[in-house]
Amino acid sequence: MINDKNSQGIVDIIAEYARKQSLFIMAYGTGCGAIEIPPTLTSRYDAERLGIRGAATPRQADVLLITGYLATKSLKRVIRVYEQMQAPKYVIGFGSCTINGGMYWDSYNTINLLDKYIPVDVYINGCMPRPEAVIAGFEKLKELIQSGNALGWKKYEDNLEEYRENQKKVIVNWQMPDYNW
Amino acid sequence: MDLLIKILGALATVVLAFTVGMTYGGLTRKVIARIQNRIGPPWYQNFLDNLKLILKKEAVHHGFMQHVAPLWLIAMSITTLMFIPILKDGAWFTNFNFDGDLILLLYLMVIGSLGMALGAGQTGNPNSAIGVTRGLTQMVGFEIPWVMALVALMIQYETTSITGLMDAAEAQGTWLVFSSPFATIAAILAMPGMFRYSPFDIVGAPAELASGPVSEFGGKYLSTMMTSGAIFAFVKLTLYVDIFFGGASNLVELVVKTFILYMFPVLWGAVSPRFRTEQAVKFFWGWPVLFGIIGLIQASF
Ligand code: SF4
Repeated sequence: MINDKNSQGIVDIIAEYARKQSLFIMAYGTGCGAIEIPPTLTSRYDAERLGIRGAATPRQADVLLITGYLATKSLKRVIRVYEQMQAPKYVIGFGSCTINGGMYWDSYNTINLLDKYIPVDVYINGCMPRPEAVIAGFEKLKELIQSGNALGWKKYEDNLEEYRENQKKVIVNWQMPDYNW
Repeated sequence: MDLLIKILGALATVVLAFTVGMTYGGLTRKVIARIQNRIGPPWYQNFLDNLKLILKKEAVHHGFMQHVAPLWLIAMSITTLMFIPILKDGAWFTNFNFDGDLILLLYLMVIGSLGMALGAGQTGNPNSAIGVTRGLTQMVGFEIPWVMALVALMIQYETTSITGLMDAAEAQGTWLVFSSPFATIAAILAMPGMFRYSPFDIVGAPAELASGPVSEFGGKYLSTMMTSGAIFAFVKLTLYVDIFFGGASNLVELVVKTFILYMFPVLWGAVSPRFRTEQAVKFFWGWPVLFGIIGLIQASF
Protein backbone atom coordinates (compact mmCIF):
# COMPACT_ATOMS: atom_id res chain seq x y z
CA MET A 1 0.00 0.00 0.00
CA ILE A 2 1.54 3.26 -1.06
CA ASN A 3 0.60 6.04 1.29
CA ASP A 4 1.47 9.25 -0.48
CA LYS A 5 2.16 12.47 1.33
CA ASN A 6 -1.16 14.06 0.40
CA SER A 7 -3.16 11.45 2.23
CA GLN A 8 -1.38 12.10 5.55
CA GLY A 9 -3.28 14.17 8.05
CA ILE A 10 -1.61 16.66 10.34
CA VAL A 11 -1.59 14.10 13.16
CA ASP A 12 0.21 11.62 10.95
CA ILE A 13 2.81 14.17 10.01
CA ILE A 14 3.53 15.01 13.65
CA ALA A 15 3.56 11.33 14.61
CA GLU A 16 5.91 10.40 11.81
CA TYR A 17 8.13 13.34 12.68
CA ALA A 18 8.44 12.10 16.26
CA ARG A 19 9.07 8.56 15.03
CA LYS A 20 11.79 9.55 12.63
CA GLN A 21 13.54 11.89 15.06
CA SER A 22 13.72 9.32 17.79
CA LEU A 23 15.15 6.01 16.65
CA PHE A 24 16.20 3.58 19.36
CA ILE A 25 18.34 0.96 17.75
CA MET A 26 18.81 -2.63 18.68
CA ALA A 27 22.12 -3.54 17.09
CA TYR A 28 22.34 -7.23 16.35
CA GLY A 29 26.08 -7.34 15.98
CA THR A 30 27.26 -10.83 15.23
CA GLY A 31 28.65 -10.01 11.77
CA CYS A 32 32.06 -8.44 11.36
CA GLY A 33 30.41 -5.20 10.17
CA ALA A 34 29.30 -4.56 13.73
CA ILE A 35 32.66 -2.94 14.39
CA GLU A 36 31.43 0.14 12.54
CA ILE A 37 28.57 0.69 14.98
CA PRO A 38 30.60 1.96 17.96
CA PRO A 39 32.22 4.82 16.00
CA THR A 40 28.81 5.71 14.58
CA LEU A 41 27.30 6.04 18.01
CA THR A 42 30.19 7.58 19.92
CA SER A 43 32.09 10.84 19.76
CA ARG A 44 33.47 10.67 16.24
CA TYR A 45 30.20 10.48 14.32
CA ASP A 46 27.77 11.11 17.17
CA ALA A 47 24.54 9.60 15.89
CA GLU A 48 22.75 10.86 18.99
CA ARG A 49 22.58 14.34 17.50
CA LEU A 50 20.24 12.84 14.89
CA GLY A 51 18.06 11.26 17.54
CA ILE A 52 19.58 7.82 17.13
CA ARG A 53 20.54 6.02 20.28
CA GLY A 54 20.98 2.48 21.46
CA ALA A 55 18.16 0.66 23.18
CA ALA A 56 18.80 -1.90 25.85
CA THR A 57 16.08 -4.39 25.04
CA PRO A 58 13.91 -5.27 22.03
CA ARG A 59 10.82 -3.99 23.84
CA GLN A 60 12.17 -0.47 23.82
CA ALA A 61 13.72 -0.53 20.36
CA ASP A 62 12.44 0.84 17.07
CA VAL A 63 15.13 -0.21 14.64
CA LEU A 64 16.66 -3.63 14.34
CA LEU A 65 20.09 -3.26 12.86
CA ILE A 66 21.39 -6.51 11.39
CA THR A 67 25.08 -5.97 10.97
CA GLY A 68 26.30 -8.43 8.42
CA TYR A 69 26.04 -12.15 7.87
CA LEU A 70 23.52 -14.22 9.73
CA ALA A 71 24.10 -17.85 10.51
CA THR A 72 20.94 -19.89 10.42
CA LYS A 73 21.31 -20.40 14.14
CA SER A 74 21.42 -16.71 14.88
CA LEU A 75 18.55 -16.07 12.47
CA LYS A 76 16.36 -17.80 15.02
CA ARG A 77 17.34 -15.26 17.65
CA VAL A 78 16.85 -12.42 15.23
CA ILE A 79 13.31 -13.56 14.57
CA ARG A 80 12.57 -13.71 18.26
CA VAL A 81 14.04 -10.27 18.80
CA TYR A 82 12.14 -8.84 15.86
CA GLU A 83 8.85 -10.25 17.05
CA GLN A 84 9.37 -8.88 20.53
CA MET A 85 9.77 -5.36 19.25
CA GLN A 86 6.76 -3.07 19.39
CA ALA A 87 5.25 -1.81 16.15
CA PRO A 88 5.97 0.38 14.27
CA LYS A 89 9.40 -1.19 13.95
CA TYR A 90 11.99 -1.03 11.23
CA VAL A 91 14.81 -3.23 10.03
CA ILE A 92 18.06 -2.07 8.50
CA GLY A 93 20.18 -4.63 6.68
CA PHE A 94 23.77 -3.64 7.01
CA GLY A 95 26.51 -4.77 4.63
CA SER A 96 26.54 -6.91 1.50
CA CYS A 97 26.02 -10.05 3.52
CA THR A 98 22.41 -9.15 4.22
CA ILE A 99 21.74 -8.39 0.55
CA ASN A 100 23.22 -11.32 -1.31
CA GLY A 101 25.33 -13.19 1.16
CA GLY A 102 28.44 -11.17 0.39
CA MET A 103 31.57 -13.22 0.70
CA TYR A 104 29.57 -15.91 2.45
CA TRP A 105 27.15 -16.41 -0.41
CA ASP A 106 27.96 -20.11 -0.83
CA SER A 107 28.42 -20.89 2.83
CA TYR A 108 26.53 -23.90 4.11
CA ASN A 109 25.08 -22.19 7.15
CA THR A 110 24.45 -18.51 6.43
CA ILE A 111 21.41 -17.00 4.82
CA ASN A 112 21.80 -14.96 1.67
CA LEU A 113 18.88 -12.57 1.43
CA LEU A 114 17.64 -11.22 4.74
CA ASP A 115 14.43 -9.88 3.25
CA LYS A 116 13.12 -13.40 2.77
CA TYR A 117 12.99 -13.93 6.53
CA ILE A 118 12.20 -10.56 8.03
CA PRO A 119 11.05 -7.43 6.16
CA VAL A 120 13.96 -5.07 5.58
CA ASP A 121 13.20 -1.38 5.16
CA VAL A 122 16.64 -0.10 4.20
CA TYR A 123 19.78 -1.82 3.02
CA ILE A 124 23.18 -0.27 3.50
CA ASN A 125 25.59 -1.49 0.89
CA GLY A 126 29.29 -2.08 1.45
CA CYS A 127 31.63 -4.56 2.99
CA MET A 128 31.77 -3.04 5.50
CA PRO A 129 29.91 0.28 5.17
CA ARG A 130 31.65 3.21 6.82
CA PRO A 131 29.86 5.26 9.49
CA GLU A 132 29.02 7.91 6.85
CA ALA A 133 27.18 5.26 4.90
CA VAL A 134 25.44 4.06 8.03
CA ILE A 135 24.24 7.56 8.78
CA ALA A 136 23.13 7.96 5.17
CA GLY A 137 21.16 4.74 5.57
CA PHE A 138 19.46 6.14 8.64
CA GLU A 139 18.64 9.32 6.74
CA LYS A 140 17.01 7.20 4.07
CA LEU A 141 15.01 5.38 6.72
CA LYS A 142 13.91 8.73 8.13
CA GLU A 143 12.71 9.81 4.68
CA LEU A 144 10.70 6.61 4.39
CA ILE A 145 9.21 7.05 7.83
CA GLN A 146 8.22 10.66 7.19
CA SER A 147 6.50 9.74 3.96
CA GLY A 148 4.75 6.83 5.68
CA ASN A 149 6.45 4.21 3.53
CA ALA A 150 8.46 2.33 6.13
CA LEU A 151 5.81 -0.33 6.47
CA GLY A 152 7.88 -3.47 6.77
CA TRP A 153 6.23 -4.36 10.08
CA LYS A 154 2.83 -4.30 8.42
CA LYS A 155 4.08 -6.47 5.62
CA TYR A 156 5.32 -8.95 8.17
CA GLU A 157 1.99 -9.07 9.95
CA ASP A 158 0.08 -9.48 6.71
CA ASN A 159 2.34 -12.12 5.21
CA LEU A 160 3.27 -13.92 8.37
CA GLU A 161 2.65 -17.39 6.90
CA GLU A 162 4.90 -16.77 3.97
CA TYR A 163 7.72 -15.51 6.18
CA ARG A 164 7.25 -18.43 8.55
CA GLU A 165 7.52 -20.86 5.68
CA ASN A 166 10.79 -19.32 4.55
CA GLN A 167 12.13 -19.24 8.08
CA LYS A 168 11.25 -22.85 8.74
CA LYS A 169 13.01 -23.87 5.56
CA VAL A 170 16.38 -22.83 6.95
CA ILE A 171 15.87 -23.31 10.67
CA VAL A 172 15.96 -27.03 11.13
CA ASN A 173 14.82 -27.54 14.67
CA TRP A 174 12.09 -25.00 15.07
CA GLN A 175 11.24 -24.97 18.74
CA MET A 176 9.48 -21.66 19.12
CA PRO A 177 5.90 -20.63 19.63
CA ASP A 178 4.41 -19.75 16.27
CA TYR A 179 4.09 -16.18 17.18
CA ASN A 180 5.97 -14.63 20.05
CA TRP A 181 5.25 -11.05 20.68
CA MET B 1 -15.49 28.00 41.28
CA ASP B 2 -13.02 27.44 44.07
CA LEU B 3 -12.80 23.78 43.23
CA LEU B 4 -12.32 24.53 39.55
CA ILE B 5 -9.38 26.79 40.29
CA LYS B 6 -7.89 24.12 42.51
CA ILE B 7 -8.15 21.51 39.80
CA LEU B 8 -6.68 23.85 37.22
CA GLY B 9 -3.90 24.70 39.65
CA ALA B 10 -3.06 21.05 40.11
CA LEU B 11 -3.02 20.55 36.35
CA ALA B 12 -0.80 23.58 35.84
CA THR B 13 1.60 22.22 38.44
CA VAL B 14 1.79 18.87 36.69
CA VAL B 15 2.39 20.51 33.31
CA LEU B 16 5.10 22.70 34.80
CA ALA B 17 6.81 19.75 36.45
CA PHE B 18 6.60 17.68 33.28
CA THR B 19 8.00 20.42 31.07
CA VAL B 20 10.84 21.33 33.39
CA GLY B 21 11.71 17.71 34.12
CA MET B 22 11.77 16.67 30.48
CA THR B 23 13.76 19.72 29.46
CA TYR B 24 16.29 18.96 32.17
CA GLY B 25 16.53 15.43 30.84
CA GLY B 26 17.29 16.74 27.36
CA LEU B 27 19.76 19.33 28.63
CA THR B 28 21.49 16.62 30.64
CA ARG B 29 22.00 14.58 27.52
CA LYS B 30 23.39 17.67 25.84
CA VAL B 31 25.75 18.41 28.73
CA ILE B 32 27.01 14.83 28.82
CA ALA B 33 27.48 14.92 25.05
CA ARG B 34 29.56 18.10 25.30
CA ILE B 35 31.70 16.48 27.98
CA GLN B 36 32.31 13.61 25.60
CA ASN B 37 33.19 16.07 22.83
CA ARG B 38 30.02 15.38 20.88
CA ILE B 39 27.33 17.72 19.63
CA GLY B 40 24.53 15.90 21.35
CA PRO B 41 20.80 15.77 20.73
CA PRO B 42 18.65 18.92 20.77
CA TRP B 43 17.25 19.92 24.16
CA TYR B 44 13.75 18.79 23.15
CA GLN B 45 14.90 15.27 22.27
CA ASN B 46 13.22 13.76 25.32
CA PHE B 47 9.86 15.21 24.30
CA LEU B 48 10.21 13.54 20.91
CA ASP B 49 11.22 10.24 22.49
CA ASN B 50 8.23 10.38 24.78
CA LEU B 51 5.86 11.28 21.96
CA LYS B 52 7.17 8.47 19.84
CA LEU B 53 6.80 5.96 22.63
CA ILE B 54 3.23 6.95 23.34
CA LEU B 55 2.42 6.72 19.63
CA LYS B 56 3.66 3.16 19.38
CA LYS B 57 0.93 0.92 18.06
CA GLU B 58 1.59 -1.92 20.46
CA ALA B 59 2.61 -2.38 24.06
CA VAL B 60 2.64 -5.88 25.45
CA HIS B 61 2.33 -6.69 29.10
CA HIS B 62 2.55 -9.95 30.95
CA GLY B 63 -0.15 -9.43 33.50
CA PHE B 64 -2.09 -7.03 35.65
CA MET B 65 0.74 -5.89 37.88
CA GLN B 66 2.96 -4.98 34.97
CA HIS B 67 0.06 -3.14 33.42
CA VAL B 68 -0.53 -0.96 36.48
CA ALA B 69 3.09 -0.49 37.63
CA PRO B 70 3.74 2.56 35.40
CA LEU B 71 0.41 4.03 36.50
CA TRP B 72 1.36 3.44 40.10
CA LEU B 73 4.63 5.20 39.49
CA ILE B 74 3.09 8.25 37.86
CA ALA B 75 0.33 8.45 40.46
CA MET B 76 2.98 8.52 43.16
CA SER B 77 5.00 11.20 41.34
CA ILE B 78 1.96 13.42 40.96
CA THR B 79 0.89 12.86 44.57
CA THR B 80 4.29 13.89 45.90
CA LEU B 81 4.23 16.86 43.56
CA MET B 82 0.98 18.00 45.13
CA PHE B 83 2.58 18.15 48.58
CA ILE B 84 5.60 20.21 47.55
CA PRO B 85 5.46 24.01 47.70
CA ILE B 86 6.64 25.09 44.26
CA LEU B 87 7.29 28.70 45.19
CA LYS B 88 7.67 30.61 48.44
CA ASP B 89 4.69 32.20 50.21
CA GLY B 90 2.15 30.39 48.06
CA ALA B 91 3.10 32.41 44.97
CA TRP B 92 2.22 29.37 42.86
CA PHE B 93 -0.92 27.23 43.31
CA THR B 94 -0.65 25.74 46.77
CA ASN B 95 -2.35 22.38 46.09
CA PHE B 96 -1.89 20.37 49.32
CA ASN B 97 1.24 22.13 50.54
CA PHE B 98 0.01 22.78 54.03
CA ASP B 99 -1.68 19.47 54.65
CA GLY B 100 1.26 17.14 54.38
CA ASP B 101 4.61 17.13 56.03
CA LEU B 102 8.04 15.65 55.54
CA ILE B 103 7.23 12.37 57.22
CA LEU B 104 4.31 11.71 54.88
CA LEU B 105 6.53 12.67 51.97
CA LEU B 106 9.26 10.25 53.03
CA TYR B 107 6.74 7.43 52.85
CA LEU B 108 5.21 8.58 49.58
CA MET B 109 8.55 8.82 47.85
CA VAL B 110 9.31 5.12 48.22
CA ILE B 111 5.87 3.80 47.31
CA GLY B 112 6.47 4.25 43.60
CA SER B 113 9.56 2.09 43.69
CA LEU B 114 7.67 -0.63 45.50
CA GLY B 115 4.93 -0.65 42.87
CA MET B 116 7.58 -0.75 40.22
CA ALA B 117 9.22 -3.69 41.98
CA LEU B 118 5.98 -5.68 41.84
CA GLY B 119 5.45 -4.81 38.19
CA ALA B 120 8.98 -5.66 37.20
CA GLY B 121 8.73 -8.93 39.11
CA GLN B 122 5.78 -10.00 37.02
CA THR B 123 7.61 -9.60 33.73
CA GLY B 124 9.66 -12.68 34.58
CA ASN B 125 12.76 -11.14 33.10
CA PRO B 126 15.81 -12.04 35.21
CA ASN B 127 17.37 -8.64 34.52
CA SER B 128 14.35 -6.98 36.08
CA ALA B 129 14.59 -9.08 39.19
CA ILE B 130 18.27 -8.25 39.64
CA GLY B 131 17.55 -4.58 38.95
CA VAL B 132 14.82 -4.48 41.57
CA THR B 133 17.01 -6.10 44.23
CA ARG B 134 19.76 -3.63 43.48
CA GLY B 135 17.34 -0.72 43.54
CA LEU B 136 15.93 -1.63 46.92
CA THR B 137 19.43 -2.21 48.31
CA GLN B 138 20.58 1.16 47.04
CA MET B 139 17.50 2.73 48.57
CA VAL B 140 18.45 1.29 51.96
CA GLY B 141 21.81 2.96 51.37
CA PHE B 142 20.79 6.51 50.58
CA GLU B 143 17.61 6.71 52.65
CA ILE B 144 19.62 6.59 55.86
CA PRO B 145 21.66 9.80 55.43
CA TRP B 146 18.65 11.45 53.78
CA VAL B 147 16.32 10.65 56.68
CA MET B 148 19.03 11.63 59.16
CA ALA B 149 19.34 15.01 57.51
CA LEU B 150 15.59 15.57 57.57
CA VAL B 151 15.27 14.46 61.18
CA ALA B 152 18.09 16.82 62.12
CA LEU B 153 16.16 19.68 60.53
CA MET B 154 12.95 18.62 62.24
CA ILE B 155 14.67 18.66 65.63
CA GLN B 156 16.49 21.90 65.03
CA TYR B 157 13.50 23.90 63.82
CA GLU B 158 10.82 21.98 65.72
CA THR B 159 8.58 21.52 62.76
CA THR B 160 7.90 18.70 60.34
CA SER B 161 6.27 20.73 57.64
CA ILE B 162 8.10 21.94 54.55
CA THR B 163 6.46 25.34 54.69
CA GLY B 164 7.45 25.51 58.34
CA LEU B 165 11.09 24.97 57.41
CA MET B 166 10.82 27.61 54.71
CA ASP B 167 9.33 30.03 57.23
CA ALA B 168 12.16 29.24 59.64
CA ALA B 169 14.68 30.11 56.93
CA GLU B 170 12.81 33.34 56.27
CA ALA B 171 12.69 34.19 59.97
CA GLN B 172 16.40 33.70 60.55
CA GLY B 173 17.31 35.46 57.32
CA THR B 174 19.66 32.77 55.96
CA TRP B 175 19.10 29.58 54.03
CA LEU B 176 19.17 26.39 56.02
CA VAL B 177 22.33 25.34 54.20
CA PHE B 178 24.14 27.89 56.38
CA SER B 179 22.41 27.21 59.67
CA SER B 180 22.51 23.39 59.36
CA PRO B 181 25.49 22.72 57.09
CA PHE B 182 26.10 19.12 58.14
CA ALA B 183 22.55 17.97 57.52
CA THR B 184 22.72 19.68 54.13
CA ILE B 185 25.93 17.90 53.20
CA ALA B 186 24.44 14.57 54.21
CA ALA B 187 21.34 15.20 52.15
CA ILE B 188 23.29 16.40 49.12
CA LEU B 189 25.56 13.38 49.25
CA ALA B 190 22.48 11.15 49.31
CA MET B 191 21.16 12.86 46.18
CA PRO B 192 23.12 10.96 43.48
CA GLY B 193 21.56 7.79 44.83
CA MET B 194 18.10 9.16 44.15
CA PHE B 195 18.91 10.33 40.65
CA ARG B 196 20.71 7.16 39.67
CA TYR B 197 23.37 8.63 37.48
CA SER B 198 26.78 7.01 37.48
CA PRO B 199 28.40 5.85 39.73
CA PHE B 200 25.04 4.90 41.21
CA ASP B 201 23.36 3.69 38.02
CA ILE B 202 23.45 0.15 39.28
CA VAL B 203 19.70 -0.25 38.87
CA GLY B 204 19.37 0.45 35.17
CA ALA B 205 22.99 -0.46 34.48
CA PRO B 206 23.06 -0.09 30.69
CA ALA B 207 25.10 -2.82 28.98
CA GLU B 208 25.02 -4.88 32.13
CA LEU B 209 21.41 -5.38 33.13
CA ALA B 210 19.79 -4.14 29.92
CA SER B 211 18.02 -1.30 31.74
CA GLY B 212 17.01 -3.50 34.68
CA PRO B 213 13.45 -3.17 35.95
CA VAL B 214 12.19 -1.48 32.80
CA SER B 215 13.60 -4.04 30.40
CA GLU B 216 10.22 -5.54 29.51
CA PHE B 217 8.37 -2.25 29.27
CA GLY B 218 7.88 -0.69 25.88
CA GLY B 219 5.58 1.73 24.10
CA LYS B 220 3.10 3.55 26.28
CA TYR B 221 4.41 1.92 29.45
CA LEU B 222 7.88 3.27 28.90
CA SER B 223 6.44 6.64 28.00
CA THR B 224 4.46 6.75 31.25
CA MET B 225 7.56 5.86 33.20
CA MET B 226 9.56 8.52 31.43
CA THR B 227 6.90 11.11 32.25
CA SER B 228 6.83 9.97 35.84
CA GLY B 229 10.62 10.13 36.03
CA ALA B 230 10.62 13.69 34.74
CA ILE B 231 7.97 14.80 37.22
CA PHE B 232 9.70 13.04 40.08
CA ALA B 233 13.05 14.63 39.23
CA PHE B 234 11.37 18.01 39.45
CA VAL B 235 9.78 17.04 42.77
CA LYS B 236 13.08 16.01 44.31
CA LEU B 237 14.94 19.07 43.08
CA THR B 238 12.21 21.44 44.24
CA LEU B 239 12.12 19.73 47.61
CA TYR B 240 15.87 20.21 48.03
CA VAL B 241 15.65 23.84 46.99
CA ASP B 242 12.67 24.43 49.29
CA ILE B 243 14.30 22.90 52.30
CA PHE B 244 17.96 23.77 52.06
CA PHE B 245 18.26 26.66 49.65
CA GLY B 246 15.51 28.95 50.80
CA GLY B 247 12.92 28.12 48.18
CA ALA B 248 12.30 30.40 45.22
CA SER B 249 10.07 33.42 44.88
CA ASN B 250 9.58 33.14 41.12
CA LEU B 251 9.84 30.49 38.47
CA VAL B 252 13.09 31.78 37.01
CA GLU B 253 14.80 31.58 40.38
CA LEU B 254 13.41 28.09 40.84
CA VAL B 255 14.69 26.91 37.48
CA VAL B 256 18.14 28.38 38.04
CA LYS B 257 18.49 26.91 41.51
CA THR B 258 17.18 23.47 40.60
CA PHE B 259 19.30 23.28 37.48
CA ILE B 260 22.50 24.12 39.35
CA LEU B 261 21.60 21.54 41.95
CA TYR B 262 20.79 18.98 39.27
CA MET B 263 24.21 19.38 37.71
CA PHE B 264 25.81 17.91 40.82
CA PRO B 265 24.77 14.28 40.21
CA VAL B 266 24.93 14.73 36.44
CA LEU B 267 28.49 16.03 36.31
CA TRP B 268 29.65 13.54 38.88
CA GLY B 269 28.04 10.84 36.80
CA ALA B 270 29.58 12.02 33.54
CA VAL B 271 33.09 11.30 34.77
CA SER B 272 32.49 8.19 36.86
CA PRO B 273 32.36 4.49 36.18
CA ARG B 274 29.72 2.37 37.87
CA PHE B 275 29.88 1.16 41.45
CA ARG B 276 29.00 -2.34 42.43
CA THR B 277 25.98 -2.62 44.71
CA GLU B 278 27.94 -3.11 47.88
CA GLN B 279 30.29 -0.26 47.00
CA ALA B 280 27.32 2.04 46.56
CA VAL B 281 25.85 1.11 49.92
CA LYS B 282 29.28 1.41 51.52
CA PHE B 283 29.59 4.90 50.10
CA PHE B 284 26.26 6.03 51.53
CA TRP B 285 26.94 4.50 54.91
CA GLY B 286 30.33 6.21 55.07
CA TRP B 287 30.71 9.98 54.84
CA PRO B 288 27.04 10.84 54.29
CA VAL B 289 25.99 9.00 57.45
CA LEU B 290 28.85 10.59 59.38
CA PHE B 291 27.69 14.04 58.31
CA GLY B 292 24.16 13.00 59.19
CA ILE B 293 25.25 12.09 62.71
CA ILE B 294 27.14 15.37 63.13
CA GLY B 295 24.05 17.14 61.84
CA LEU B 296 21.90 15.36 64.43
CA ILE B 297 24.31 16.29 67.20
CA GLN B 298 24.38 19.88 66.05
CA ALA B 299 20.60 19.94 65.92
CA SER B 300 20.13 18.71 69.45
CA PHE B 301 22.34 21.37 71.02
S1 SF4 C 1 29.26 -7.43 4.54
FE1 SF4 C 1 31.46 -7.72 4.78
S2 SF4 C 1 31.90 -6.66 6.72
FE2 SF4 C 1 29.70 -7.03 6.68
S3 SF4 C 1 29.42 -8.96 7.73
FE3 SF4 C 1 29.58 -9.41 5.55
S4 SF4 C 1 31.75 -9.87 5.24
FE4 SF4 C 1 31.58 -8.83 7.20
